[in-house]
Amino acid sequence: MSFLKKLVDRDVEVIVGKMLRYGVFTASGIVLAGGIFYLIQMGNTLVPDYSHFTGEGKGFTTFNGILKGAASFSSTEVIQFGVLVLLATPILRIVMSLGAFALEKDRLYVGITALVLGVILFSMFGGLKV
Amino acid sequence: MTILTFTLIMLAGAYVAGLLGSLTGLGGGVVIIPLLTLVFHVDIRYAIGAALLASIANSSGAASAYIKEGITNIRLGMFLEIATTIGAVCGALIAVFTPTNTIAILFGVVLLFSAAMTLRRKNEHALQQGSRLSHVLKLNSSYPTKDGIVHYELKNVAGGFGMMLIAGVLSGLLGIGSGALKVLAMDSAMRIPFKVSTTTSNFMIGVTAAASAVVYLQRGYIDPGIAFPVVLGVLGGAFTGARLLTIMNPRTLRYIFCAAIAFVALEMMYNGIHHQF
Repeated sequence: MSFLKKLVDRDVEVIVGKMLRYGVFTASGIVLAGGIFYLIQMGNTLVPDYSHFTGEGKGFTTFNGILKGAASFSSTEVIQFGVLVLLATPILRIVMSLGAFALEKDRLYVGITALVLGVILFSMFGGLKV
Repeated sequence: MTILTFTLIMLAGAYVAGLLGSLTGLGGGVVIIPLLTLVFHVDIRYAIGAALLASIANSSGAASAYIKEGITNIRLGMFLEIATTIGAVCGALIAVFTPTNTIAILFGVVLLFSAAMTLRRKNEHALQQGSRLSHVLKLNSSYPTKDGIVHYELKNVAGGFGMMLIAGVLSGLLGIGSGALKVLAMDSAMRIPFKVSTTTSNFMIGVTAAASAVVYLQRGYIDPGIAFPVVLGVLGGAFTGARLLTIMNPRTLRYIFCAAIAFVALEMMYNGIHHQF
């Protein structure tokens, strides 16, 4: 029984590892595609002034804004969409670990993982942007 | 400068940062911030946003290999992520009220400390008798070495947890993975063997950085024009670095790089003190 549990445990770990790698590959692929379009469209224009912080607009900072822009193939929003995929990768990893601990009926670690997920969700939706 | 030249130079710079970060074990994020601020005069807030992304990409890309080898202690990582994520969210909150010059000075101090940390003696000893809390939380584990499976137990869980809170705050405030502090907490407080603490620290960095990066994204710190070359460059550099590490022992190189990074850290502090951020 314990051997079986160990086996399941290792399998889940390997799947989690693969998921992390695919997540990064996918994200960099999207960023690269968006980046190439960005260079084709804007490559010859002058660099914006990055030495003064102005912050980004809704199109780059909200989920809906990024999706809308990316759906109409605006290059910068496609890059931001890749950024979203990159941010989602470790968060998805926590969700998978939560499922894995639940399968193992490890209540303690289901609780611990849920707590970490809770903190991240709070920082996403808690209105901390100030 | 046109966007094309800027992107190409940045891509090359981020590649070098990723390579250096991987060879020294400091991580690409920590090297990209001085590059962006001191060389390209990018506002430190944009630099922090980009560095967080680089840390997530690095951590997630490398973690899969270590997990496959069975070195990473996933339960331990999960448990300590409670501390690092709470810390990171707090750090991202404090950042709004912290002047950028103070952030730059603090960054210099942490960078100096991290460079010193990579030169210190590593703990290779596996503790056999752990504390009661380590049993309750099921944190004790084993990992494969050349000489077979080594079992280890750990102690001072509360102390390690507390140091992870600080590591989390610094990570959220400065936009770095703060791997050096995480390793210190696991190595010296909890007495975990070096190999396990470095891989587990790397495993945790992605989640820690994501906790504060979602706040920074909403605050507009992440610019696509910077994110694009930085993420791809650092990732490429880290990939090359990991390949190089398997064929050579970078001890001498590590000393040279650490000295160079200490110099960069002083430069950051100097500029911060003279209010140039």
